[in-house]
Amino acid sequence: MLVAIVSGFVLSLFAPWLTRFLGRWAGWVFSLLPLLITLYFARFIPSVFGGDTFRTTEPWIPSLGIQLSFYLDDLSLVFTLLIAGIGALILIYSGGYLKGHALLGRFYAYLLSFMASMLGLVLADHVVTLFVFWELTSFTSYLLIGFDHKREEARRAALQALLVTGVGGLALLAGLLVMGIAGGGFELSALLEKGEVLKGHPLYLVILLLVLIGAFTKSAQFPFHFWLPNAMVAPTPVSAYLHSSTMVKAGIYLLARLFPVLGGTPEWQGALVAVGCITLVTSTLLMLRRTEFKPILAYTTIGVLAFLTVLLGWGTDTALKAAAILLVAHALYKGALFLVAGAIDRGTGEKDTEQVGGLFKPMPLTAACGVLAAFSMMGLPPFLGFMAKELLYESLWEWGPHALLLKTIFLFSGMGMVLAAWVCGIRPFLGREGRTLAHPHEAPSLWVGPLVLSVEGAALAFIMSPTGAWHGFTPPLAAGVTAIAGGLGLTCVRQAVRRLLNGFAFLYRLGPESWYDMKLRLLDGFASFQTRILQSGYLRRYLIFTLATLLVSVGYYLWVRNIVYWPDVFSGASLYEAGLSAIIVSAAIFAVGTGSRFGAVTSLGVVGYGVALLFLHLGAPDIAMTQMVVDAISVILFILVLYHLPRYRLSSSHGTRVRDGLLSLGVGGLVTLLVAIATRFPLDQTLTSFFARESLPAAHGRNVVNVIIVDFRGFDTLGEITVLVIAGLGIFGMLKLRLLGRGEGDASRSEASAQEDT
Amino acid sequence: MEGMLAVVVGVLYAASFYLLLRPSMVKLIIGLGLLSHAANLLLFTVGRVTRVNPPIAPVGALAPVEPFANPLPQALILTAIVISFGVLAFAMVLLYRSYQMSGTDNLNEMRRTDS
Repeated sequence: MLVAIVSGFVLSLFAPWLTRFLGRWAGWVFSLLPLLITLYFARFIPSVFGGDTFRTTEPWIPSLGIQLSFYLDDLSLVFTLLIAGIGALILIYSGGYLKGHALLGRFYAYLLSFMASMLGLVLADHVVTLFVFWELTSFTSYLLIGFDHKREEARRAALQALLVTGVGGLALLAGLLVMGIAGGGFELSALLEKGEVLKGHPLYLVILLLVLIGAFTKSAQFPFHFWLPNAMVAPTPVSAYLHSSTMVKAGIYLLARLFPVLGGTPEWQGALVAVGCITLVTSTLLMLRRTEFKPILAYTTIGVLAFLTVLLGWGTDTALKAAAILLVAHALYKGALFLVAGAIDRGTGEKDTEQVGGLFKPMPLTAACGVLAAFSMMGLPPFLGFMAKELLYESLWEWGPHALLLKTIFLFSGMGMVLAAWVCGIRPFLGREGRTLAHPHEAPSLWVGPLVLSVEGAALAFIMSPTGAWHGFTPPLAAGVTAIAGGLGLTCVRQAVRRLLNGFAFLYRLGPESWYDMKLRLLDGFASFQTRILQSGYLRRYLIFTLATLLVSVGYYLWVRNIVYWPDVFSGASLYEAGLSAIIVSAAIFAVGTGSRFGAVTSLGVVGYGVALLFLHLGAPDIAMTQMVVDAISVILFILVLYHLPRYRLSSSHGTRVRDGLLSLGVGGLVTLLVAIATRFPLDQTLTSFFARESLPAAHGRNVVNVIIVDFRGFDTLGEITVLVIAGLGIFGMLKLRLLGRGEGDASRSEASAQEDT
Repeated sequence: MEGMLAVVVGVLYAASFYLLLRPSMVKLIIGLGLLSHAANLLLFTVGRVTRVNPPIAPVGALAPVEPFANPLPQALILTAIVISFGVLAFAMVLLYRSYQMSGTDNLNEMRRTDS
């Protein structure tokens, strides 16, 4: 099983290269892999439907107890066969649909890795494995929806799908982990037997809620349904494969998989039935407004997913059986209808159901597929759709109190399905030929897929029940007939219905999609607000934040711990030292207050020399000498530069200066305090005495400071020299640089050219 | 003695931060220069001060004569002086060039990265 999953990823790695190599046959060749996978899993059919299960385990992250374990039972087998089987047909179809597309290889790669992820998802046994594959399908879906990445619409839809399903995925992860902790095991196969424990667990509601969010986002149930119709900007094979047959069913798969664990309780029933019914009504109403092929099919997909949700929520034997058959039937007919719609689009250049007609003559095989699939969707015998529909209505008859409301909703949605089937699968081939952009034609790669799918719809029904699933004249049959009649009736008045519904278009703008947009705008707004505040680009703001944080956090700590020792200013200071200190302090204050640039530079020099004299006086001749030399050069350099600069302007307000002054004084006071505190504690002399002791014997130098610099800490000095070299290179570069011929650096000229640039 | 130096260090820090907060780039660089003096003096003070001997072993002795000034902060300060000179020189040339390119020395008016 692991090989079956991983092979898809491996092939996807080489797909772009192989596509170039194989040319137009690439799709046919790639489809061999899913075909092989289908055959491999088909071998399991007799034993698995006989009740056997298979499990394989590979260690993955043993330190966390996470295993790459896979589990095959009837549920996962059905999904596996659908994924691999439809995958093969989609790969063939893509070759025809995207013929000559420059990025076809990339498309195959995405499609193959999606298939592998989806297989992993339905086969996964460990909850973490399940989650990883779950998110992988979201990612590949993102890539496939955004395949036409030059269109803004496509990028937006891709991001929307990713965000909605991604958030759901996170909720699911939380839910699965809580479930694993509550149930005492992270293997789904083991949890299946823990149903009773979990249903009585105090955290049951939390688990249920989180898991349902995951399932509903993935399967596009209200209020998360909006991403699916938007995802229709993807190429049609993607819509057929991901967004109707397989990926959107992942949520349904999850609900079915966890039904024995979490299902059957009143909460489960209430939540699923309610959400499913709301989604049914919403999607049918929204569908009736549209005329293009793909949105109609997308909304009916949401409707079918809602049917499945309701059935799983109801959870009787008939309901579960109906869900299983509806799932397979839908995958087959909806996949086929999407592919037919794609073929029509490809053949005529037309995306609107109202604009096409009379296509039977130029596209006979496509027409056959369309009609067969539409019959299955309407629920006509002998198709699988008929069986599904019969069971669906039959389970409806088992309902208790709310049956009437539910019957109404089901019938209404059923009519919607019939209308959609008629409009998308049958009507385009009847009547007079419409005016189309291109000459209608068809190609083998474009009809193989849908044909196989729609014929399978009939064949499977025959295999499962050779009598054509005929149950005799029962109330469910009557309901089905009513739905068909009503649906066909609706098709006659669909323009009127559309006009009526368009009257309520303002409600659409209040729908969940606008919530999504609003949340994104809020997030954007918050991010730019935060960036404006924190990353303003003004050095001043950064400094203020840093200093204020320092002042508040350190000051608060000192205050709370009550370690405030003010320095003893005049103890042990000679007159000479006091005088030097006074000179330094007054020069610094002058530098702050003066309006003259040269005065400020001079006082900077005074401070430097004052500090140097202090060093000299306090037993540090080396640094005193260095300081004096450096200070002299700095002042000279400063004056040379200042010569070219404008005079000071008073550019900040009184309030700003008071604020800055207070902040600076606060930080200065804090530093004084910290120095006073630090000098109260005894100094660790280990290093000092080591350097002093070893300087002469070990390094043959009498001046300990020099020895430290060139010997004990020689690498420090190397780093220092490197910094100087870099600064020197930078200065040289800046002085020699002439930015893109902006002239010789005349200020007004370069400013003018800068304005022209922008 | 450390008490008085602590006050000097505090004043230097306050003065340099005030100048760093000004919009004028000239003041900013002067603040940068004051900041390096403040940091050097801080290191020096925290390493304790003595007025007696520099950390140099006299001829005939194997080690400096006690009590001598702490050589470790001195070595660090020496490195710091040289590096801060490099930074200061770099900043000054940057100021010079950016004034040439943008026609202003006011940080508030430098709104774009490419002018």
